Formats: sequence, structure tokens, C-alpha cells
Amino acid sequence: MAAQQFCTFYVDQLFFGVKVLQVQEVIRSQFMTVVPQASSMVRGLMNLRGQIVTAIDLRRRLNLPDRDNWKPMNVVIQTDEGAVSLLVDEIGDVLEVSDDVLEPLPTTIQGKVKDVVTGVYKLEGRLLLVLDTTQVISVPDSIGKGKEDAAA
Amino acid sequence: MGEMDAAIQEFLVESDENLSQVERDLVDFEGHPEQRETLASIFRAIHTIKGTCSFLGYSKLESLAHTGETLLSLVRDGDLALSAEIASALLSMVDAVRQMLAAIEQTGNDGAEEYQDLKNVLLALQKSEQASIATEETQRSVRDSEFLVVEDPSEYSVVDQGSPSDVEESSFKDRLAPVLQPSSSSDKPKAELSAPVGEARGPSATDSSIRVDVGLLDKLMNMVGERVLTRNQIGQGLSKFEDPSLLYASQRLSLITTELQEGIMKTRMQQIGNIWSKFPRVVRDLAMSCGKEVRIEMEGKETELDKTLIEAIKDPLTHLVRNSVDHGIETPTVRLERGKPREGRLLLRAYHEGGQVNIEITDDGGGINVERVVEIAVQKGVVTAEQASKMPECELLGLIFQPGFSTAEQVTNVSGRGVGMDVVKTNIEKIGGTIDITSESGRGSTFKLKVPLTLAIIPALIVTSAGERFAIPQVSLLELVRVDKENGSQHIECIQGSPVYRSRGQLLPLVYLNKVIGLGNQLIQGELGHVVPTASNIVVLQADTRRFGLVVDEVNDTEEIVVKPLGKQLKGISIYAGATIMGDGKVVLILDVLGFAQKAHLRDREKDQAEAHDRSASLTTVQALQTLLLVKVGRQGRVAIPVSHIARLEEMPDTVKETAGGQEVVQYRGAILPVIRLSMLLATCGYDTEEQTGTFQMVVVKDRGRQVGIMVDRILDILDVTLGPLTRSEQPGILGSAVVQDRVTDLLDIDMVWQHTPLSDAEPESIDCVGV
Repeated sequence: MAAQQFCTFYVDQLFFGVKVLQVQEVIRSQFMTVVPQASSMVRGLMNLRGQIVTAIDLRRRLNLPDRDNWKPMNVVIQTDEGAVSLLVDEIGDVLEVSDDVLEPLPTTIQGKVKDVVTGVYKLEGRLLLVLDTTQVISVPDSIGKGKEDAAA
Repeated sequence: MGEMDAAIQEFLVESDENLSQVERDLVDFEGHPEQRETLASIFRAIHTIKGTCSFLGYSKLESLAHTGETLLSLVRDGDLALSAEIASALLSMVDAVRQMLAAIEQTGNDGAEEYQDLKNVLLALQKSEQASIATEETQRSVRDSEFLVVEDPSEYSVVDQGSPSDVEESSFKDRLAPVLQPSSSSDKPKAELSAPVGEARGPSATDSSIRVDVGLLDKLMNMVGERVLTRNQIGQGLSKFEDPSLLYASQRLSLITTELQEGIMKTRMQQIGNIWSKFPRVVRDLAMSCGKEVRIEMEGKETELDKTLIEAIKDPLTHLVRNSVDHGIETPTVRLERGKPREGRLLLRAYHEGGQVNIEITDDGGGINVERVVEIAVQKGVVTAEQASKMPECELLGLIFQPGFSTAEQVTNVSGRGVGMDVVKTNIEKIGGTIDITSESGRGSTFKLKVPLTLAIIPALIVTSAGERFAIPQVSLLELVRVDKENGSQHIECIQGSPVYRSRGQLLPLVYLNKVIGLGNQLIQGELGHVVPTASNIVVLQADTRRFGLVVDEVNDTEEIVVKPLGKQLKGISIYAGATIMGDGKVVLILDVLGFAQKAHLRDREKDQAEAHDRSASLTTVQALQTLLLVKVGRQGRVAIPVSHIARLEEMPDTVKETAGGQEVVQYRGAILPVIRLSMLLATCGYDTEEQTGTFQMVVVKDRGRQVGIMVDRILDILDVTLGPLTRSEQPGILGSAVVQDRVTDLLDIDMVWQHTPLSDAEPESIDCVGV
């Protein structure tokens, strides 16, 4: 059975994984330049060795409450549109998991998680949620648009 | 197989160039049938394509090219004259070959389409006059022709009709050998023959240039950008040290970086001729379809600009060219009636000017019917009739660029132009360019585009608002005004809650950066405990044709910044043009002045009104309050210059004066500023010449990018006066005389200054563009 390697991390109580090959690097909290008028999910822009990287707050992306004195970790992933950083609570291990414990997300799951998770690995004692990187980085591109979305 | 792929890739690129050349040449040859060498060049190109594709095994493509070639050979041998039908058929063949090439690129084979209709047309044309000419004979003429020497040897497989069946197995040389056998030139060295494609062109071009992947250049450009940033960082960090050798090394690094940046920039430069080259075809086809005769002329094909910009202006330019042919140039009958030559003339002109590229598209057609433009604009509610009646003609023409001025169906009724003109304008402005239009009824119109040379690295002004830094591209920057906080309320006034500032007698709408971007006052209130009462710094910006003042907390510095695009998540925010990394390593957003103005609701209508207001003010200027600069000329002369024309006042030692082309000039902020003496300008008024005191005072006058220094004896005063009716003056250079401060004063005619400035047309706006 095929096995895959995942870079794992925690957001709130949720345990997520992104395929290792999609991850460019994992770094500590960085200085961010806020982008006024942008969606609140965009925490800001950071300078990653000369590359400007947009940072997406996964807590806000998943409708989770903000945390005080949050020192998020950056999981920088490679996408078709260049590097994007996901701000997460804590970094886990790189896990090698076998595809035979993979299941699609149960249909009863509601909320934002449903939109960004493609499947679940049933690991011992915990569930690893596989992030859909294309979905998770697609956020409304401005405040106004976000409101329209909410209204729609 | 990889070798084969490379060969195909090479063939595709090569053929694309060859086809463009064929297109150009065909249209050219149609107009100048006496230029036999043009025909030879067409023939060579088609032949090369045919030869290579037979070698690569694209039989359908080969057969089509072959049919076209046969027709061409008849023309070349003088058996047929190149008629419009033949030219059209050959051009269609070029299109078909293009489609096949596209199919090859996508699918690897030359597609299912046989183009039998087209081939029939080509064949019919061959037989139209010279039915007796056998294909065999044609082949011989090809074989005997002078072109043979430089041609692709694989052509002979066509003659033998022995299509290479063993493409996969046989090696390159093995396949060449049998093909070469029947040829008399088989004694040619193989080394020469094994490079069939490269041979067709002159050796000089291939020896001195190489093809480089654009991706690689982009990467290099990025790296140079990084280096510029790093240099800035080092420059800032170094100020802490006092080591001269370190300083020297840093300066050297700075210099090399600048040169490197220029060098890389140059590699990305492309001649504008690259996009122009398709216009003869566009113009020809369009002219034929509307029954017009149009000759296209080009000047400055070799003018270079950045590849990204070339791409960006391609569509707007095509649009303008099509418009000129479609709406501008009249039909031959109308032209003859109007006493013009049958053939319309379309002139494309490109040249560098002050760090920008100017592109002009001029036609000698009917010009734009201004009345009709106004009628439609009023109809569509773009302006009111009253506003329109006050607008000067150049602005009326500008109405066609207004969004909402026209949609497709309205425009067909207009004798002028308008289809998607606002899109053209928006696209040009997106890359930091401008578009102007002049038109003379019955004589034609000119569209003038100004675009920057490059986009990647731009000079920008860094400002701070609500604790955040922002970069503003300097092309949009007009001036900086500092308003004293204590006296702020005296300067900034409100009209229904909208702040305005009186800038040299004109009202300037003000916009607060922090309010627009929503980093509002509450932040300042929270952190500092009080609301910052009024503006401290006004950055006067030009968006579109309008000016507005952007109020910021702090003006930091100007810097060369590297523009980096924003991620997909932020693309939709129109107020940013991108981001950049500053010397301290932090990311700073770049404001898009146009988008920002729209966001700030500086909408066209409001601006129109503001401007209409300005205009009515200036029309009645003689009676209204004016700010005048009083200067002394000679011993008694007093001359007043309206302050609105004045850029700066300067005092300089006499020694800085130099001469260029018989004109007195000074070096002024990185440019050459012509200097004229007011006494000379007003020579007929009998003023004495300026006294020699070791220094001289100069009034720098600026208008539409032109600058000139007016040397005066002494600057006396600046005062607000209400001028009574002027006593008309017959003297050139003097608008009239009035009593100012109880003394008779002459009012200078600024237009006269420009007429007397020989250098005034050269290098406008160069000051803003130094170091671009």
C-alpha cells in the first residue's frame, strides 16, 4: 500500500497535514506588514529572503477565535501562485502514513473545515486532516468582497 | 527522442519568425513590386519551412507549403504578377501554416485539417494564366535557382516524393545521405549541410546573438532586484561605521549594482518593431475589407522598451491602429473629393523622450467630429451641456476615453471613434502610461502614447500614515506641500465636509490616506490619546488628468524600489500596485494612484466639476484675485508673472551659466535648463539689461513638462491682487499693464516665453525620470 509523508501541525484542537513535497519550509513567527483593505484572513506580507509572501491566518480561515499573544508558526507552502504562508498554532512531526487508513471526510462535518479538508487519516489515537492547499489559500481578496460573500 | 524534440522546438520558433517575415514582406512587396529581393526573401522563408517540415515528417504542412511555394515561384519567375488575390491567398496560407504549427506545438502532429480549399485556391491561381506550366518544370526552376546553395538539402525528398518512412530508427546523417544522393550538390561538405535551418540566414546574425529563455531573464531581473535591495540595506547599515575602505567598497558595490541593473534591463529590451511588424498585415486586411487604400509608414522601429511593456501595449496599439483605418481614414472616393490622395496614410512613430517612450499613431483621415462627440457625451450623461460648453477642445476629445461614453452599437453611428477607448486608456494607464489625442477636422488625428521604459524598478516616494509605510510611484507625484499644524485650519478648508487646499489659487481636493485605507483615526486616538488635528503633509498626485492631495503623517524619502506583484489573495484590491522590500527588510505596499483615487471617490464627475470650477476661475482671471510674482527688470521695469506658472525661484552665481547651442543654460536638478533674460524677451519694451552682480535670480517656469528659467534682475514680492481691467499693450510678451501697489506693472505673457525658448521641447520631465 502506498504511503505518504505529511508535514503536520495543530490549529486549535485540529490536527492537519500537508504533503511534505508541497511544503517549502517551516519558520517561526515573522514580522508582518499589514495590508489594509484586505480580507481579515490575510494577516499580512512578510519578506522571505527577498520573496514577498502572503500569510494566511488559519484560525481566521477556519472561523476559530483569535488568540491573545499568538506567536504563530509559518508553514510556507508552494502553490501555483507562488509561496503562501499558513499561520498555525504549533508544528507537529513529519509523519509517514499509509493510504489504507485514509477515508474521505465524513459528510456530517460542517463549518469551514469541510471546505478545506480532502480526507482523513485514521491514526492511532488521533485523526490527521489533509488540507486542500488550493482551497485553503483562496480567500476573498478584499473587505468588500468578503461582505458580498457573506451576504450571498 | 529528446534530440528530435529540440529540433521540433527549434523549427517552431524558427518558422514563427519566418512567417512573420513572410507576412511583412508580402505586404511590402505588394506595394513595391520592383523589389525583387523582397520576393526572394519570401521564397526563401517558405522554402525553409517546407524543407524542414518534410524532414520532420509533417506531410500535410509540407504539402500546403509546397503548393504555396509553387505559386510563389511563378511570381518570382515573372510568369505571374502578384495580384491582390494571390497576395491574399498566400497570406491565408501563412495563417494556415500558423495553425498547423500551433497544432504541432500542442499535439505533436500537424493536425487533421488538410486545407484542401486553400490548396485548390492556390492551385487555381497558378493555372489562371499559365496553365501550361508543369509542376515538374517548376521544380527544376527551384533546383536551378540561386537559392539552392543556401537551401535545406532535405528539400530533395520532396522531388523524389520519397517520404522518409524510417524517421524513428534512422539517425540524422543516415537519413540525409540518401536524400542528398540525386542532387548535383552532393559534394557539399556534410558539416555545412547538417545545419540546414541556420544556414538560410546570414551568418552574422547567428554568430552575434543567442536566444535566451524569457524565464531566465525574469529570474536574473529578480536577482538584480534583490541585489538593489541588499545594496540599499548595506548603504543604510554602513552609516554606523566610519571605515573609509568599507565606504569605498560600498560605493563601488553601489556603482556596479547600478550598472548590472542597467545591463539586465537592456537584455529585456525589445524593439517596438516586433509588435509593429504585424500591423501592415492588419492594416492591409482591414483596409481591403472596408474598401479603403491605406499605406502604413513607420518611424523609429528600433525604439526599445521592456518586454513586459511591449506585451502590455500590443493590444491597445492594435486597437488604435484598427480604429484609425476603420474610422479615421476615408474611402478613396471621399478622399479624392476632399482633394487628398486616394491612398490614406497611417504613420506609426516611436521615440524616446525623457526616460519615456512616446508612440504616435497619426492618420490623415477625417479627424474626429467634436460636435458629435459632445452630443453623445451629453446624451450619455458623461458631461452636462453646460460643462461641455466650457471645456477646451482638447478636453472634449478626451471625452471619448470616458467609460460609459460609448458602447459598441452607439459607436457605429459616430463618425469619430470610441469602441472600447476607455479600455485602451485603462490598459495604458495600468502600466503607468498616458494617452493623448489631437485631431483636426478634415486633416486627421494623432494618438500619442507615453509609456515608461520599464516597470520592474521604479523611483518611489515613501510616506508614513497611521504608522505604516507606503510607496508612491514618482511618476504620479507632482509636488509635496507641508502645512504647518498650528496654521493648518487656515489652509485647509472644507466644502460640505470634504477638505480642500488652496494650491496657488487652485482648489485641490484632499484625501486622507489613513481614512481611505481604513487605518483610521481610532488607531491614532487609541495610541496617542488624541486625534491628529489637521494635515501636516500633502502629497500632490496626478491620477488620470486630475490632481488631488494625499494627506499623510510623514514624508520619508525617495528610493528606487523593486516592484513585486501581490499574491492572488490580494490582487483584487485596486489601491495597491504591488509591494516592495525596503532597506530594513520589511515589506511595504505600493499605492496604485489611479485605483486609490477611485477608491477615494475622486470620481470623474466630481473632478469634472472641480475642474470646471477651476476653468471658470481662470477664464475670468483678469478680474479675479490673482497671486502674482513681482520682479524687477532693468532699472525701473516692474513685471508681474502669475504664480500659477511658476515652479521655483532660484538664486545662482553667474559662474554656473553655460552655453548650449547658442542658448544660455544652467544645469538644474540633473537636467539642462534653458535660461532666457527677461530684458531680452521684452527687448522691444526698452528695458535695460540685467546688472552684473555676481549672482542672478531666476524664475523657473514649468508647463506640461517643459521648463525654462527666466532671468530677472530682482525678485520683488509675491502678492494677491485683484487686477482691474488691463490696459492693452501692443508690445509682444506683455499681456497688458495694470496698477499694482500704486505702480504701473506689466503682466508677462507666458506663451511668449515658450515661443522664445529654443530648447523648450527637448527633454521634458527629465527631472522626474533621472535614474529610471
